[in-house]
Amino acid sequence: MEKLLDGLLILDFSQFLSGPSCGLRLADLGARVIKIERDGDGDLCRALYVSDTKIGDGESTIFHAINRNKESFSINLKEPASSTRIKKLIAVADVMLHNFRPGVMQKLGLDYDTVKQINPDIIYGEISGYGEVGEWKDLPGQDLLLQSVSGITYLSGSKDDPPIPMGIAVADILAGTHLGQGILAALYRRQMQGTGALIQVSMLESLLDFQFEVLTCFLNDGNELPVRSAVNGAHAYIAAPYGIYKTADGYIAIAMTPVTQLGELMQVEKLRQYLLPEDWFTKRDEIKAILKESFAQRNTTAWLSVLEPADIWCANVFDYETLLTQEGYKVLEMEQWVRSGPVKVKTTRCPVTINGEKIKSHRGAPLLGEDNARIIQEFNL
Amino acid sequence: MQLPLSGITVLEFDQYLSGPCAGLRLADLGARVIKIERPITGESGRKLAIKNMWVEENSLLFHTINRNKESFTADFNNPEDMQVLSLLIKKAQVMLHNFRPGIMERKGLGYKEVAAINPSIVYAQITGYGATGEWMGKPGQDLLIQSMSGLAYTTGSASHNPVPLGLGIGDYLCGNQAVQFILAALINTAKSGQGAFLEMSLLESLIDFQFEFLTTYFNGGGLPLRAKKDNAHALLSAPYGIYKTIDGYIAVAMMPLQQLNKALRCEKLDRFKEEEAFVRRDEIKSVIADHIITQNTDHWLAKAKPHDLWMAPVLNWRQLKQRKGYQVLDMEQEVRLPSGHTFITTRCPLRIDREKLYNPKPAPVAGQDTDKIKNSL
Repeated sequence: MEKLLDGLLILDFSQFLSGPSCGLRLADLGARVIKIERDGDGDLCRALYVSDTKIGDGESTIFHAINRNKESFSINLKEPASSTRIKKLIAVADVMLHNFRPGVMQKLGLDYDTVKQINPDIIYGEISGYGEVGEWKDLPGQDLLLQSVSGITYLSGSKDDPPIPMGIAVADILAGTHLGQGILAALYRRQMQGTGALIQVSMLESLLDFQFEVLTCFLNDGNELPVRSAVNGAHAYIAAPYGIYKTADGYIAIAMTPVTQLGELMQVEKLRQYLLPEDWFTKRDEIKAILKESFAQRNTTAWLSVLEPADIWCANVFDYETLLTQEGYKVLEMEQWVRSGPVKVKTTRCPVTINGEKIKSHRGAPLLGEDNARIIQEFNL
Repeated sequence: MQLPLSGITVLEFDQYLSGPCAGLRLADLGARVIKIERPITGESGRKLAIKNMWVEENSLLFHTINRNKESFTADFNNPEDMQVLSLLIKKAQVMLHNFRPGIMERKGLGYKEVAAINPSIVYAQITGYGATGEWMGKPGQDLLIQSMSGLAYTTGSASHNPVPLGLGIGDYLCGNQAVQFILAALINTAKSGQGAFLEMSLLESLIDFQFEFLTTYFNGGGLPLRAKKDNAHALLSAPYGIYKTIDGYIAVAMMPLQQLNKALRCEKLDRFKEEEAFVRRDEIKSVIADHIITQNTDHWLAKAKPHDLWMAPVLNWRQLKQRKGYQVLDMEQEVRLPSGHTFITTRCPLRIDREKLYNPKPAPVAGQDTDKIKNSL
């Protein structure tokens, strides 16, 4: 099948997760993505081991997850000869992107205003931590730090918990997603109007956008801070019973449900008194405390068999091991094998089905500089 | 500036968050987004409020997600309305819905029927769990899908129950990914004239969200184990986490243990080797926690600064709002209703050609644009 972005050439100067996750998405949609990496170490993520797990000769699992389906061109950007080569590549590229701190690309002579002289139609994407101006512009754009300044750590967990960051690098992933949106919108505009573009987003803007619903609440309610539920916190702004509860043998998740109906179905006498829907928010903690005690009495499947037939919004809580055995997971065919140099790596696919086909690609992450010779020859560098 | 999507018309058959947040982004990027809603009451999100906050007859939540759109009401069981709708579909470039599988097909609005009317349309469909399989009929609600996708085991510490992320990440991420796929399809359609059928689900989006974790799990990394205390990322070694100070909290990201030791004078770290930063994570973190609790946040930030260590204060929204680094982003904008009522919300996070994108147009009243649109057909 022809892919949606066939024919597009993307130079990805970025490292770690935010920019590279954007490059991955564009690659899966059919663009040719060349990672531009520095000689020697390459993308620093290559050596960022997690869980002490390595692949093959010692690259990190997350590097492989993020950088499959790309080529690698390694170069020393500070050498004049290399700089000439890169500029030749830029002249024929459709998109370039980076996630260096503000000022770094200027020093390399690869900032938008310079690049635009070489290729006026290019779409130039950049991700920063905090934007290009202001007191925070030079601070490191690292996920946990951005989560911490953005206020988001006061939304997860329960009232007595310390601030709890989301356990996934959400600032990186969302900034990468937003950059992808901007780049694609600009590519569309270029097709229609023939103009290049500079697309900028910061991790902080991305996290503020992620919080847009609750932040809008805060901006209009006299700046009241969010208060997490004292019992099994799941969303600071949502009434009981919303949360994950421990059962006799595991856990169960319950979303928005009338407390009265839940009380009937679970046969919990004490819930009868909460007749007014507004109490489900104001008395959230006491209601959830009652539920916590009740759910602990029986197994998860026993509760599900009571609640599911009544169309209550409930679910089991899976870890990966259990999830992977479920038919509902298998039918999605989310897994794929990719080949990287001599090793095979199992990872996930791009989360979309296009015209009935799931988007897969068996090309794994490139070795550092793996495509140098071919690229030099092909583009006559 | 000519916005990138000017000239594009999007029909949004959506409710709540996943689809509507995609529509909002497309609108902010310049598309004309028309909500297709049922007569009188409109989409269900209009009546879903948080903190009981309302703007006239609709919830503030609805206003936040649906500004910058138009509204067209149609009764899918009324043949006359369906005829008008098909004229509208003929003129649109994009159609997006987030109904449970089967509903649009039953109304004659599945991809096949729509493509017969307009073969070059980009048709995007968001479900909870995909359009087939044992879970297809389950409610596509965010907390449930977080719970089923393994995500709740990534957040909070080992002593906690599984902790869901405190925002609708499945809805929000799937909607944002939908924008990418729709735009890629529009780029292709502009070249080939061919439309596209895009299927997404909250579950696939949340699996993708965990791609680093799952790839590590698939390749021998074991189940993610949250740190005993102050967990911030189950796969990362000490010192990664948030620590309590005398007057607040401080976040400490990746850094070599001995560098931390040197900068913060945490001498009890002398006995730990860098190779132990993951396996002895809990022990190391508790040593650091005992040290950091003895001083104020600003004290530690001042110590970290000359070493360029990756540390930051933990702020709540009030503190954030007072900081110049926040104010310089100009993230807030005022939305004004025809009645003169105003509220503040955030802007599109993207900047194009160094311009920030604002649009103060308020969310529509259900059906407010029906007549105007009918007359234009």
